[in-house]
Amino acid sequence: MLAQRLSLGLVTLFVISLIIFLGVSLLPGDAAQAMLGQSATPETVAALRLQMGLDQPGYLRYFSWLGGILQGDFGISISNQRQIGELLGGRFANTLFLAVMAAIISVPIALTLGILAALYRNSVYDRLVNVITLSSISTPEFFVAYILILVFAVNLGWFPSLANVSPDTPFFARIYACILPATTLTLVVVAHMMRMTRAAIISLLASPYIEMAALKGIPKWQIIVRHALPNAWAPIINVIVINLAYLIVGVVIVEVVFVYPGLGQLLVDSVQRRDLPVVQACSLIFAATYVLLNLIADILSILTNPRLLHPK
Amino acid sequence: MNLDKEIKKLQSQVIENQMSRRAFMTSAMALGVGALAPSLYSEAANAAPKKGGVFRVGIGAGNTTDSLDPGLITSLFSQVMLRGGVRNNLVRYTNTNELVGELAESWEASPDAVTWTFKLRKGVEFHNGKTLDANDVVASIKHHVAEGTTSAAKPIVEPIESVKADGKNTVVFTLKGGNADFPFTVYDYHVQICPANSDGTIDWQSGVGTGAYIMAAYEPGVRARLKKFANYWDESRGHFDEIEMTTISDVVARTSALTTGAIDAMDRCDLKTVHLLERNSDVNVVEVTGTGHYTFPMFTDVAPFDDNNVRMALKHAIDREALVKTILKGHGVVGNDHPIATANRYHNKDLPQRVYDPEKAKWYLKQSGLSSLDVDLSVADAAFAGAVDAGVLYKEHANAAGININVVRVPSDGYWDNIWLTKPFVACYWGGRQVEDQMFSTAYATGVPWNDTHFKHEKFDQLLVQARTELDDAKRRGMYYEMQRIVSDEGGAIVPMFYNYVSATSKKVQYLKDGWASDADLDGYMGIQHWWFA
Repeated sequence: MLAQRLSLGLVTLFVISLIIFLGVSLLPGDAAQAMLGQSATPETVAALRLQMGLDQPGYLRYFSWLGGILQGDFGISISNQRQIGELLGGRFANTLFLAVMAAIISVPIALTLGILAALYRNSVYDRLVNVITLSSISTPEFFVAYILILVFAVNLGWFPSLANVSPDTPFFARIYACILPATTLTLVVVAHMMRMTRAAIISLLASPYIEMAALKGIPKWQIIVRHALPNAWAPIINVIVINLAYLIVGVVIVEVVFVYPGLGQLLVDSVQRRDLPVVQACSLIFAATYVLLNLIADILSILTNPRLLHPK
Repeated sequence: MNLDKEIKKLQSQVIENQMSRRAFMTSAMALGVGALAPSLYSEAANAAPKKGGVFRVGIGAGNTTDSLDPGLITSLFSQVMLRGGVRNNLVRYTNTNELVGELAESWEASPDAVTWTFKLRKGVEFHNGKTLDANDVVASIKHHVAEGTTSAAKPIVEPIESVKADGKNTVVFTLKGGNADFPFTVYDYHVQICPANSDGTIDWQSGVGTGAYIMAAYEPGVRARLKKFANYWDESRGHFDEIEMTTISDVVARTSALTTGAIDAMDRCDLKTVHLLERNSDVNVVEVTGTGHYTFPMFTDVAPFDDNNVRMALKHAIDREALVKTILKGHGVVGNDHPIATANRYHNKDLPQRVYDPEKAKWYLKQSGLSSLDVDLSVADAAFAGAVDAGVLYKEHANAAGININVVRVPSDGYWDNIWLTKPFVACYWGGRQVEDQMFSTAYATGVPWNDTHFKHEKFDQLLVQARTELDDAKRRGMYYEMQRIVSDEGGAIVPMFYNYVSATSKKVQYLKDGWASDADLDGYMGIQHWWFA
């Protein structure tokens, strides 16, 4: 079962790499033209193409790239000849660090808010939490980021507005630098997880076994935490994982505003400069993240509710 | 007693840090110039750059794909780091608009200005300990002129026929034709001097140069850390101990980094909010009018633009003042349909400023036998910030003259490959050149690759060649004036505005007393080397 899923995942990655390669090749212009920009002349573009190996047909370049990947070699960036593995390593670690930090803050908050909202549904508290989280998810990320910078960096001076961490930044300095970006991401993802928690629990509250528990005289919060929640995990886990994946692959705007050296910026730059090997490597990492996280979500759902293994 | 001499002496003691402010005041009192003392002191104190400190600069344009190859430098980040810090050129341009020697100590031309001999500074050391010699210079020039070069500067160094070393410290250039302004060619920021390899190529990969700063760490598109090079040949420059450069592409992030003290300087302020930044008492906003300009080039060999009456109609149908006010928020000056800026030596100030005149535009249209005109203008913000808005404004202005401009918004992505030099009427920007000849021969001479108006004018081409070798300044001025008139009245480019470089630094950053150089952003790329902390 697991092996089947993993091999299907590999097929997915292969197809994605093919689509990305074709897609970027279809974009007008190539790396040589992008590199020279306004200063391009036909001779220099031709010379640069030769130097970058762009004179070879596309399928050859694709297969030589694929061959490299199968041996664990990401190849070199065609625009500045740097090892892509080296280029990605630090940045992927940064992306993961920020994602994990945002998840550690946002998941407990979302679950707590969601459970409480289910407990006190339709109360003033419930409405307030809904209004606040839904407004924060509806506000563009960059705007949330600017507001946080204005209040906490410019006016109060508590946190730095730049999160430009480097490999030699100590751990706690890194956390301090990442507080504002992590808060921004938290504000963006909490609503989705919190609403799903609330909805999943509430939909169970009408079931007979919950009614039974209530008739037994169990306190309301115990009904929710001990009886309803275990059965509600599957949809909640799926939503949490989707948001985790988003935290890894979708944070380019937060990276730009806080000058955080993550993968998103690298991908955007590389697409603009048509640096195909780098685009390929980034996309593969993003796609693999999605595939793996989805797999983990399914495994966890089954662990919390083994009945899912045997659909009716 | 010679009073002037005494004051100079006191000031020089201040400059050499041998005298405190208080001691200076007392001595000045004794000389009977007590009332002038504070300003005399600060003049001296300002003239004495203080050494030390870590200077942090945030720069908007920097790409993860940036290369150290001098021929492929495009972003301001690389320009500042490599041209302003790590490497030197043969010559440099000062903030008083002079060309002075950098790695070249002196240079002279043959009477026909075809052969140029550059004497190199002796004892200049690369960061790896190698001593600079003529071979390094020859290899660095050949990097841009050799067959099969990938350098973006190829069209700029095109006039070089050959370059040879003559002994260890002399380099001789032979040009394809005479050029009195040739030293400006090797001033171009691409033409940096790198150490030569044994096979005659250069080693740009290591980032070794002769500049004031050693590249200690560099992550393209993210950051760079530069350390002072202890053996830098020029003791009067390179005051900071360390430079930290960060790419901050978002202008709001850049501004808040500056106001919170996370960086000491930034480029490209947000023109919409710069008046608010100016109110900040810790920040200096510095504005310099350079040679950079925005244009709307039209192909002069494609209908309907092949008729000069149509071009003149279009030139009269644009409200330049309004564009400067809205697109540049007033941070710039109006252009006069030629690329020579007020900062240039031979700017034609006698040429009447062309103004918005729909009636005249209609008149020209009638001359061309048309009652109305429909043209497509392709724009994208890749051409310049606000190009799309500028196109739409132009459309409105031109409407009053019976000209219908259809503004076609095209993708920014790939703009320079697919739109510029391809579509007949587009938006474009030019950084401009310090030398009239370079500007004209790069973009207006017949048949050159970047002639984005397909301009072809016999008299103009003749004047261009003549002026190049004309050593009589008055005659030369006359020729360049005439060329500006030709381009303005007959050329294919609408040049509505010249933009200012608007940057900001913290108040503790001190600059040279004549202000910033006007040839490029951040004090002509040289801020990191020319500034110091108070």
